[in-house]
Amino acid sequence: MEPIKIKIHSTGKYVPEKKVSNDDLSKWMDTSHEWIYKRTGIVTRHLSEGEDTSDLCIKASRNVLEGRSIDPEDIGLIIVATMTPDGQSPSVASKVQAAIKATNAMAFDLNAACSGFVYALSTAEKMLRHMHLPYALVLGGEVMSKAIDWSDRKTAVLFGDGAGGVLLKKSEEDEQFLTEDLHANGNKGYALTSGEKKVSNPLVDTQEASGFLTMDGREIFNFVTKSIPKSINKVLTDNDTSIEEVDYVLLHQANARIIEIVAKKLGCSIDKFPMNIQTYGNTSAASLPILIDELAKDNKLFIDKKQKIILSAFGGGLTWGTLLLEIN
Amino acid sequence: MTTFEKIQEIIVDQLDKEESEVQRTTNFREELEADSLDLFQIINDIEDEFDIKIESEEGLSTVEDLVKYVEGQLEA
Repeated sequence: MEPIKIKIHSTGKYVPEKKVSNDDLSKWMDTSHEWIYKRTGIVTRHLSEGEDTSDLCIKASRNVLEGRSIDPEDIGLIIVATMTPDGQSPSVASKVQAAIKATNAMAFDLNAACSGFVYALSTAEKMLRHMHLPYALVLGGEVMSKAIDWSDRKTAVLFGDGAGGVLLKKSEEDEQFLTEDLHANGNKGYALTSGEKKVSNPLVDTQEASGFLTMDGREIFNFVTKSIPKSINKVLTDNDTSIEEVDYVLLHQANARIIEIVAKKLGCSIDKFPMNIQTYGNTSAASLPILIDELAKDNKLFIDKKQKIILSAFGGGLTWGTLLLEIN
Repeated sequence: MTTFEKIQEIIVDQLDKEESEVQRTTNFREELEADSLDLFQIINDIEDEFDIKIESEEGLSTVEDLVKYVEGQLEA
């Protein structure tokens, strides 16, 4: 029997309507457009005016399915990568499942912080091969604005809200998922924390932790600039592919300067590293699917020829991962 | 190459400056307009070059501070 192959069938996204500029932020805290832009490349971000992560993910899902004449009952799996779910239960994925009437789908959330979408795509691609239904919906969605300490200007200026996703399909065509390299280093988990909640019950009375996002900038910077070029080189070597053969390297949109450093370390032109951080800020697990959908709608991806692309993300955990795909 | 010359080379390369602009007394934040990410990169390169660990960038403001820190680590 021919091995089952998996392809990306369609893409979509949704971001909250409200656009907040660096100048807007400077009215809320002691910061400036110049300071933020020079260090991060961010100009605006979209922030929720009340929509929660499931609202963004449901709208992104509808955008993924739009005009594709897909019976939602043919979707066997929904994974939402998020570190900012509406709550612990029900999962965001379950809410999406209900909203799009994917009655035959199993659904769960996956948390690998900003690496979540790469982790979820890797998980879904493997699970779908063993399922009898033909489709899997993979989303990344975050309302980072509810995890941020708005009195901490070092982190508050970095993040934005949004959701994006792709529909995977079993296919008769060539395999799209070529090689991957996924990692975690829990020893450095302290470098990015969020949503911490202490045990409090009739046996222990604990001071409530703030739960706000904290980040050790230098630790994260060192980790990314060392691990990501290595991880990208690993998927290339494993597939006997050179960086010159790759059409685009899509990096998690955390910081434009970091993306430039990774490009330089790989000896690769920055033109191969599309960016939209200027518009959306760091949307954590949503950053890659939003970027993929923008490039697709811009006719830069999923065009009438084969393209090799790399997806690479890094974040809390610490977690990181890289996928090499050949799409068309 | 002396420790100073190696550090000077790293800073010149990272900040895209002339050698003459990077002297022992140069304050990299004020005179070279280096921000925190620039400093992280410089520290990373110094760590790799000398095979040492710089735990904190606190108290490092001039090229001389870096030279002394590195020489202290190498002697330890």
